[in-house]
Amino acid sequence: MPSFIKALNSQVGRKIMTGITGIGLMLFLIGHLAGNLTIFGESDAFNIYTYTLESLGPLLYVIEAGLAFFFLYHAILGISIWRQRKKARPEGYTKYQTKGGPSHQSLASKSMIWTGIIILVFLVFHIMHFKYGLFSPDDGTTILESAGGVEARDLRALVIAEFQKPLIAFGYIAVLALVILHLSHGAWSAFTSLGMKHGETSKKVQIGAYIFAIVLMLGFIFIPLYIFLTGGQGGLISY
Amino acid sequence: MSKEMTIHLKYWKQDGPNAKGYFEEYTLDNVNEHMSFLEMLDVLNEELMLQDKEPVEFDYDCREGICGSCNLVINGQAHGPKERVAACQLHMRNYSDGDHITIEPPRAASFPVIKDLVVDRSAFDRIIEAGGYVSIKTGSAVEANSILVQKEKSDAAFDYATCIGCGACVAACPNASASLFTGAKIAHLNKLPQGEVERSNRVVAMVDQMKEEGFGDCSNFAECEAVCPVGISISAIAEMRRDYMKAVVNGD
Repeated sequence: MPSFIKALNSQVGRKIMTGITGIGLMLFLIGHLAGNLTIFGESDAFNIYTYTLESLGPLLYVIEAGLAFFFLYHAILGISIWRQRKKARPEGYTKYQTKGGPSHQSLASKSMIWTGIIILVFLVFHIMHFKYGLFSPDDGTTILESAGGVEARDLRALVIAEFQKPLIAFGYIAVLALVILHLSHGAWSAFTSLGMKHGETSKKVQIGAYIFAIVLMLGFIFIPLYIFLTGGQGGLISY
Repeated sequence: MSKEMTIHLKYWKQDGPNAKGYFEEYTLDNVNEHMSFLEMLDVLNEELMLQDKEPVEFDYDCREGICGSCNLVINGQAHGPKERVAACQLHMRNYSDGDHITIEPPRAASFPVIKDLVVDRSAFDRIIEAGGYVSIKTGSAVEANSILVQKEKSDAAFDYATCIGCGACVAACPNASASLFTGAKIAHLNKLPQGEVERSNRVVAMVDQMKEEGFGDCSNFAECEAVCPVGISISAIAEMRRDYMKAVVNGD
């Protein structure tokens, strides 16, 4: 029997790991959205949430390392599969079209590599933007009364300030729209990679993938859109 | 009365595996709607030969959709526009007077062109050699009835066994993956008691060989299912993945 490493490198293993990391990242996105939505809670809810995360200390580093591993493994597999296709078909067709029917060839499935690369590049920017605040060096601090009066980074103010900039708000919205495309195929494909057969269940999972991608991303998109349109003064945000 | 049509053809010409290929064009004036696609190509070659030109090579054997020899990519679709039909069973009545048809060989590094539209599909044979067989004694015809097989399993095994190895799955896959072919061959044998003994070795050896031959990875496009002339579902690939995982987990 193959060693575990050899199994991971087989064409079946690569696809299974793409699926597992993909499902892991989808679960992360659900948690990420839940956290983001605290911006509409009590005035210091968001800062308490981020302060709690940052107070996890070493545990946070472990979680971050795990997330980075999932993102990178998923990306490396995707790029590797893309490169292998070039080797497997050096000379392309002059004319090529899908036959439709059971085929899952679509804008979403054909653009996975490109939406994926854009998301990866965005991710680097996103972490520098909000985690390290590299583009707004003067982000202030706040006193969290309900957390015992500790001083913490005022990330809520940073988020509200940043999303009032049109380029930032609509840049985020554009990337999130691409995530919808990526997930609408990916959320179905992940389960297929893990051995789901092509039958009634598969059809339901595909519909579920569309709903999941759209609902999740509308949640994410709502935040920059709302802040931009209301100039940070909307009734949903309490001061 | 049968309709006669004018068809504008554009087909791939290539002298050998390492030669540079190119397209050649020819207009056929008397294409009968009842001709099969291959009969139309016979007429083309007859005309070419009468003009002392070299005919275009294409692969065929039974011409009744069961041998899997023909595997033309017609206007960018393996086996042409119709579902569950091999190119030899595609009839010219599916086309209209004045249509333009582009014919290409299946394009994959693992299927080198022998000449024109004929490719070498022995990579499939080597995948079979890696594990697509049973080496236990299955007995004579009488014994076939003494080994009971669940109806659902034997039906599923038979569905996968209908694969004719034409390679349309590879031709149509954006990644040039051989997963549908390999999956069908594995699932066909692994579903049956006769294939049980070697099931783990079989799936691992065949999956390895598939990679060894230089085919691409499967990206779940399911285009292979759409072009398969016998309608094999990508559930075959699911079976392959499940059996592979079981083989690794069980470690046998």
